[in-house]
Amino acid sequence: MSFLTLESLNKQFGDFTAVKGLDLSIEKGEFISLLGPSGCGKTTTLQMIAGLLTPTNGRILLDGKDISHTPPNKRGLGIVFQSYALFPHMTATENVAFGLEMRSVGKAERLERARAALKQVKLDQFADRYPKQMSGGQRQRVALARALVIEPPVLLLDEPLSNLDAKLREDMRMELRLLQQDIGVTTILVTHDQEEALSMSDRIVVMKEGQMEQLASPLELYEHPRNTFVSDFVGKTNLIRATAHANDAAGAHVLVDGEMITLPGHSLEEGRDLTISIRPEKFHMSDDASGHEVEVRAAIFLGSSWLYRVSSKMGDLFITQPNNGSAGYKKGQSAYVRWSQDAVTLFEEGK
Amino acid sequence: MSDQAHAGPGAKAAPYWMTGPGVIFFIALLGAPMMMTFLLSLHSYDFTLGIQDDWTLANYIEVLGDPYFHKIFGRTFGLALLVTVICVAIGAPEAYVLSRLSNPWKSVFLLVVLGPLLISVVVRTLGWALFFGGNGVLTMTAQALGFGEEPVSLMFTFTGMTIALVHVLVPFMVISIWAALQKIDPQSEDAALTLGASKFTTLRRITLPQAMPGILSGSIIVFALTASAFATPAIIGGRRMKVVATAAYDEYLSTLNWPLGATIAILLLVANIAIIVSYNQLVERRFAKVFE
Repeated sequence: MSFLTLESLNKQFGDFTAVKGLDLSIEKGEFISLLGPSGCGKTTTLQMIAGLLTPTNGRILLDGKDISHTPPNKRGLGIVFQSYALFPHMTATENVAFGLEMRSVGKAERLERARAALKQVKLDQFADRYPKQMSGGQRQRVALARALVIEPPVLLLDEPLSNLDAKLREDMRMELRLLQQDIGVTTILVTHDQEEALSMSDRIVVMKEGQMEQLASPLELYEHPRNTFVSDFVGKTNLIRATAHANDAAGAHVLVDGEMITLPGHSLEEGRDLTISIRPEKFHMSDDASGHEVEVRAAIFLGSSWLYRVSSKMGDLFITQPNNGSAGYKKGQSAYVRWSQDAVTLFEEGK
Repeated sequence: MSDQAHAGPGAKAAPYWMTGPGVIFFIALLGAPMMMTFLLSLHSYDFTLGIQDDWTLANYIEVLGDPYFHKIFGRTFGLALLVTVICVAIGAPEAYVLSRLSNPWKSVFLLVVLGPLLISVVVRTLGWALFFGGNGVLTMTAQALGFGEEPVSLMFTFTGMTIALVHVLVPFMVISIWAALQKIDPQSEDAALTLGASKFTTLRRITLPQAMPGILSGSIIVFALTASAFATPAIIGGRRMKVVATAAYDEYLSTLNWPLGATIAILLLVANIAIIVSYNQLVERRFAKVFE
C-alpha cells in the first residue's frame, strides 16, 4: 500500500476551483514533484497536505490514516517554505530546535539534535547567527534543517530553490537530492522550474488548471509527453505541422515537409493534419545536402552547446547542437537538418 | 563632464544650499526660542522688580530641591508610564486584529482607529470633560444603575487624565504596532504551526516577538507625548492635578515667574530626552542583530 494517498482531492475558493479531483499515490521514500505554471494548484495541493488549507472534498491518507481534517500542528510534516519563513528573532540553532521544543524534547537533547541537523546541512559554524546575518543559501539550509530535525514522515518543499541565484540553485539541487536519498524521507516538491523537477524527482506530476496532466518519471515525461502542454512545459520543443498519409503494419506514415516518416503504433485517418514534436537537441545539423534546408537566423553560444534559431519550410525551429570546438554556424548561413524517427512525438489532440 | 561637475566647488556646496532653508527654519523657530528659554531660566525673579539681570542656578536648585515639584515630576512620569502600558495593552490586540482583517473591513476599522486623530485634542478632551463631570453622562449612568446618589466625577483626578490621554494616544500605538505586524512573513506563523506549535504558542513565541520593535517604538511615541502633554491635563487635571507642562504654564501666566517656568520646561525636556535616548539604546542593542 502506498504511504501517502490523495483521493479525488478538491479545493474550491468561492467560484474558483484551484484543485480538481486530484488522485495521487506516493510510495515511502519517493521524491515526487508537482510541476506546473503559476496558478495550476500545485501550492494549494501542498498546503492541503500540510494542513494549512482544508480540502473542499476528497481525502488525504498518510500511512493508512485519514489526516484530511487533522490540524497542521498534529500532522508533524516538515515544510520548507518559499520565503524560508525563518523566525527572525531566533538564532539558527533556536530556529531548528523550535520544533523539538514543541515536542517537549529536553533542552540538552534538543540543542544536540539541532546542532547535528545544522551539521548535516553544513551550517555548524553558523549555529549562533540570526537569519538576518546569513545569506539566502544559508537561510535555505536552516529552513531545511528545521524541517528535517523533527524526523517528519513527509517532507514538503514549496519552491525552495526559487530565491537562490542560478549557480547556487544547481548545487543545491544535487545536495538536496543526495540528502533526501540519505535520509530516505518521502518528499514532495512544488516547483514551476522544469529543470528542477527533472533533475531531482523519482516521478513528476505535471499540473494545469488544478488537474493532473501527466504522472511519469522524468525521462518518460521528457521523451513521451502526453500532450502539447506537457511537451512545451517540460523542456523546449518544436511543434511541427504534418499530414497523415497512410497506415500499414509498421505504423502510420506521416508526411513532414516532403519527408515520409513512420510512427510505429499509430493508425491515423488519411489526410488528417497533425502536430508532431521534436526536441531541439534531437536534430542533427550539417552542411551535407541531405534532409531539410534551413537558414540560421540567430546563433547563441551557451558554452557546452550552441542554440540556433532557424527558419525552414516547417516554420521557425529551435535547434541545439553540442559544442565540439568548431566555430558553429553564423547568422544567414544555410545548413541541413535531419532527425531519427524515434525523435518524433505525435500528439493527437482532441482525441 | 559629469565627473567634473561632481568634483566642482559649486556642486560640493549644493547639499548645503539645499538643506540651508530647513536649517535656518529650525534655528530661527525652534533653536532660538529654546536657547532663549534656557538663558531665561538662569536669571532670578523678584516679585516686585521682575526678571533680574544676574546669572544664577537658584531656579534649578529650587525646583530640584522642592518636594512640591518632585511630586509634579513624579506624577508626570508615572502618568506617562501608566498611559504607555495601557496603550500597549489596548493597542497590541487592536493592531493584531486589524492586521488579520481583509478589505473592506480593514480599511473601515483603520479609519475608525485613526479617525479621532482628525479631531482636535482640545475638542476631544472637552468631550471627556462633559462625560466625566459631576452632572455628566458618567454620573447619570451610575445613578440610573443605582450606584448611589453621589455624583461620580472623574474630573481633576489621575484616573480621568489617564483615560483621556489613553484615548488620545492609542492610535499612535496602533499605527506603530500595525506597521511592525505588516512586515511579518505570514509563512513564519504557518511554519510554527507545522512544527507543532499551538495557535496560542505561535502568537506568543513567533508573532509577538516580531511585533516587539513596533511595540517599543510606539511606547517611545506615547511616553514622550504623555510626558509633555498639555491640553488634556490642563482641562481634565486642572490646577488640582498639575503635571510638569501645566506647572510651567502656571508659572509663566499666573505667577508671572518666567525664569522658574523656563527652568521647569528645560528640566522636562532634559528628563524626557534622557529617558527616551536611554530606552532607545536599550532597544537598539536588543534588536540590532535581529531586525533590519
